[in-house]
Amino acid sequence: MVGARGIAFPRLVAFSYWMLLFGGVFLYGSLLLNAGPDVGWFSYPPLSESLYTPSKRADVWAQLITFTEVASLAVAVSLITTTLKLRAPGMTLNRIPIFVWAQVVTSFMVLFAMPAVMLASTSLILDRLVGTHFFDVEHAGDALLWQHLFWFFGHPEVYIIFIPATGIVSTIVGTFSQRPMFGYLAVVLSLVSTAFMGFGLWVHHMFATGLPQLGESFFTAASIIIAIPTGTQIFCWIATIWAGRLTIRIPLLWILGFFTIFVAGGLTGVMLAAVPLNTQVHDTFFVVAHFHYVLIGGAVFPLFAAFYYWYPKITGRLLSERMGTWVFGAFFIGFNLTFFPMHLLGLHGMPRRIYTYPESMGWGTLNLLASAGAALMAIAVLLFVMDAIRSSVAGIAATDNPWHASTLEWATSSPPPNSNFHRPPTVAGREPLWEHPTEQPIVAGLRTDARDVLVTHVLDAEPDHRLLFPDPSIWPFLTAISTTVLFIWSIFTPWGVVYGAVPVFMTMIGWFWPKSAHQGGTQPWPFADRSLPRPNEAPAAGGAI
Amino acid sequence: MTEAPVLDVSTLPPGAFGSRALTFWGTLGIVVIESTVFALGIVAYFYLLARFPHWPPHGVAAPDLQWGTLNTLVLLVSLLPNELTRRAAEHVDLGRVRIWMVVCLAFAVAFNVVRVFEFAHLNVMWDHDAYGSIVWLLLGLHTTHIVTDFLDSSVLALLMFTGPLEEHRFVDVEENSVYWYFVVLAWLPIYGVIYWAPRLL
Repeated sequence: MVGARGIAFPRLVAFSYWMLLFGGVFLYGSLLLNAGPDVGWFSYPPLSESLYTPSKRADVWAQLITFTEVASLAVAVSLITTTLKLRAPGMTLNRIPIFVWAQVVTSFMVLFAMPAVMLASTSLILDRLVGTHFFDVEHAGDALLWQHLFWFFGHPEVYIIFIPATGIVSTIVGTFSQRPMFGYLAVVLSLVSTAFMGFGLWVHHMFATGLPQLGESFFTAASIIIAIPTGTQIFCWIATIWAGRLTIRIPLLWILGFFTIFVAGGLTGVMLAAVPLNTQVHDTFFVVAHFHYVLIGGAVFPLFAAFYYWYPKITGRLLSERMGTWVFGAFFIGFNLTFFPMHLLGLHGMPRRIYTYPESMGWGTLNLLASAGAALMAIAVLLFVMDAIRSSVAGIAATDNPWHASTLEWATSSPPPNSNFHRPPTVAGREPLWEHPTEQPIVAGLRTDARDVLVTHVLDAEPDHRLLFPDPSIWPFLTAISTTVLFIWSIFTPWGVVYGAVPVFMTMIGWFWPKSAHQGGTQPWPFADRSLPRPNEAPAAGGAI
Repeated sequence: MTEAPVLDVSTLPPGAFGSRALTFWGTLGIVVIESTVFALGIVAYFYLLARFPHWPPHGVAAPDLQWGTLNTLVLLVSLLPNELTRRAAEHVDLGRVRIWMVVCLAFAVAFNVVRVFEFAHLNVMWDHDAYGSIVWLLLGLHTTHIVTDFLDSSVLALLMFTGPLEEHRFVDVEENSVYWYFVVLAWLPIYGVIYWAPRLL
């Protein structure tokens, strides 16, 4: 989308992938061995402390956090660097596609939010393993410190899930309206301000803990204010659809579903931001209904849309339109059937996190309805998976740009060649493919036999220098394995960190150590003159043809 | 769709120093992450502090000043050879890079050793109470940085003596120095918190 031949730090991304995979295998493996975490997804102390959870279950939880942290932080750094330094020549900041903006904003949120939960989970495991007292009230610690650290991550996390989804919505709304996004600047500023405000809301998860009144009022106000940038985006989407020529295809169907469900979830969100109502329905099914409307409406529907939208670019084939309509219909109806009744159940007083209730409460019918809806959603997902597999071999072949979209990923073939573009594109406007419908301006002079990428300037994306990306390597994989060993070892003894660090260090040296003097593509030692420019030197002549 | 070449980049250099390089921005990302960890650790310290009329609680003595202060000076002075390494790298001057990297490593050994005495003079163990825990956590976090930075600088210095060597390695040396600035500057607020918060508050 930024017209780059590759993502920055490809080996780091490979490492991140393996860490996420091993972390996932570790989690599900622990569940299969009946040693999985059982202290809630938020793992509140004192329940998660050794006194109340003497087994290793809470440690599994804490180290699982570390796995995902490492993986997501590495990718965030890579995405930010890619967007800042590898954009196509001419793609100034105000020409970056909105989806890319969304990803960058999310990555910055990851950088600031994830360390909080990393610090929290490390402190927890230290409490459990070596007898520190961070969350132990008897020894000058404080259990609420955990909640603050956790939700300082936990609430931004909601936006870390949601902001990429809004990027998807903007992309698909623009493409199927066949017009530039209405209010590009307003949308980008909304994304950025959402990210900032997202860090000022965490205490609204703690309204029931007896905090000072002033604190509660502040966080109530912040929780309501954050509806403004999201509202701005929704109005920009409506305006884009209003003024465009709408073609209803499957990706757009999912986006329209997103509008309905997310707006409903947003409205209950504003209700929940008010302390009196929050206290009344705290820990009831009303909250369950709210966050499913927001998370499934706000993230899963756009994800389905994204899958249908980019599937042809990835596989070279389109998904079935007819089957897609059925999948969407079944999922949409099933979703509302499942979660709408939960609003009513919550108002009737049904608490969360229970698996049964007395028959005399009269909650049976609505719960039955919810179960039926869940079955319908499951059928929809099954149909979807079948279609995705079938279409990858038997679907209609896709052209390079089947939706007549405007962003650069559609300028290359479907599926794209290794390294995305044989000759990377340049950009002269915000909607490059709509501005040069017949001739795609491109960059010449990069090597085609190696991973030669063009590095550009941060603000105006002027070409700066070329860079040879490293070849694929086994070392990130080996480093991920040694890191995994360290993390799992540390669950059982603190010495695991000490001894486990040795193989991590060795694999990292293996990763770093150059295999030849030509690896980076610069001149090997000895050489007479410097060829790499310093920060303040004028760029070398690389000019227009 | 046909293609129209509008830009020829074959004459551009195969890399660049400083903020033009990709790795600079990657390093900056890591710095942001770790600064956030340090900042949150300090916030946690004050969060715990705010709950007690006297700090450290339970009559524990504040950490002894001399070793922490000595290490602060050693770290600050190490910025000089660090800057000289960085400049030598930017000038692709292998001789000077070797000299100043070795000097930097000598400093790294010095403050890692002094760090051991710092731990011994905190006057509290991590399992005594939450105050001990947070002090050990803050000092431990920073120690992780000086230990790992010593190790990776050693590997890089070794590579500058043994090869295989190419011009890109000098960019690595420069980035290593940039990261070193962060490790030293991050220490200053932590020093203030560990050694002076119990005395001034």
